[in-house]
Amino acid sequence: MWIYQKKLQFPVNIKNPDLKMAKMLMAQYGGPDSELAAGCRYLTQRFSMPDDRIRATLNDIGTEEIAHWEMIGVMIMQSMRGASLTELENAGLLGYYTLHNHGVFPSDPNGVPFTTSYIQCTGDPITDITFDLAAEQGARATYEHLMNLTDNEEYIAPLRFLRAREVVHYQRFGECLNILKELYPNGDQNRTSRY
Amino acid sequence: MSKEELLTRISEIQFVCVELNLYIDTHPDDTAALDDYYAYSVMLEDLIKKYEALYGPLMGFGHSPTREGSWVCSCWPFE
Repeated sequence: MWIYQKKLQFPVNIKNPDLKMAKMLMAQYGGPDSELAAGCRYLTQRFSMPDDRIRATLNDIGTEEIAHWEMIGVMIMQSMRGASLTELENAGLLGYYTLHNHGVFPSDPNGVPFTTSYIQCTGDPITDITFDLAAEQGARATYEHLMNLTDNEEYIAPLRFLRAREVVHYQRFGECLNILKELYPNGDQNRTSRY
Repeated sequence: MSKEELLTRISEIQFVCVELNLYIDTHPDDTAALDDYYAYSVMLEDLIKKYEALYGPLMGFGHSPTREGSWVCSCWPFE
């Protein structure tokens, strides 16, 4: 069960909107290393994890990712607010407008819609956590690319916060991987009589 | 404290709680972290109660007992 809290984890207040940033931020709203992909991935993977500490980590980081997804959604929404058709066209968002108007739809900056193939879930705990480590690094890199695209502190402050969270999550998943290596020192987490 | 200041303070203490919670997930026997988590959780509960008594509920589904304000009519965080 989840309870909604009517506030953001970190404040987003964009008074000087940049439509090009709206488009690029979609990477983190509906792209392969997006907050949505991360949240769904961790909350799904926890069901097949063999250790309480790792189940708790996936549950709680997954929950935090949904709060980050909300922040990115608010950034996109505030960036597109009041934009004219000409402004949308200049930002390369006319195709987006045709399909979604000012709705906040989970796709990547190139318009590729979100897909569940971004949600890695092999049921093999070591494979899943290793994927999560890479995904956190992928999201950190994407945030750094996004921060390179703007000088506007209204964007940079929340992006800096979100980037730092990826670093902490990577650290926690690293500890999860070490726990799994202690649990399965011979790499036999899938061992059956067949091999 | 103004409404904004109180909300900022809640976010700050909540951030400490999130960090400690994630740390404790992989270090459940760290008693110093557990003590900190308890202390900041009490602080957070106190701040949220104070906020909700003055400005209305932050949470739905029965988690914010207050007669002040309104869940439906208060601002959404994207407004």
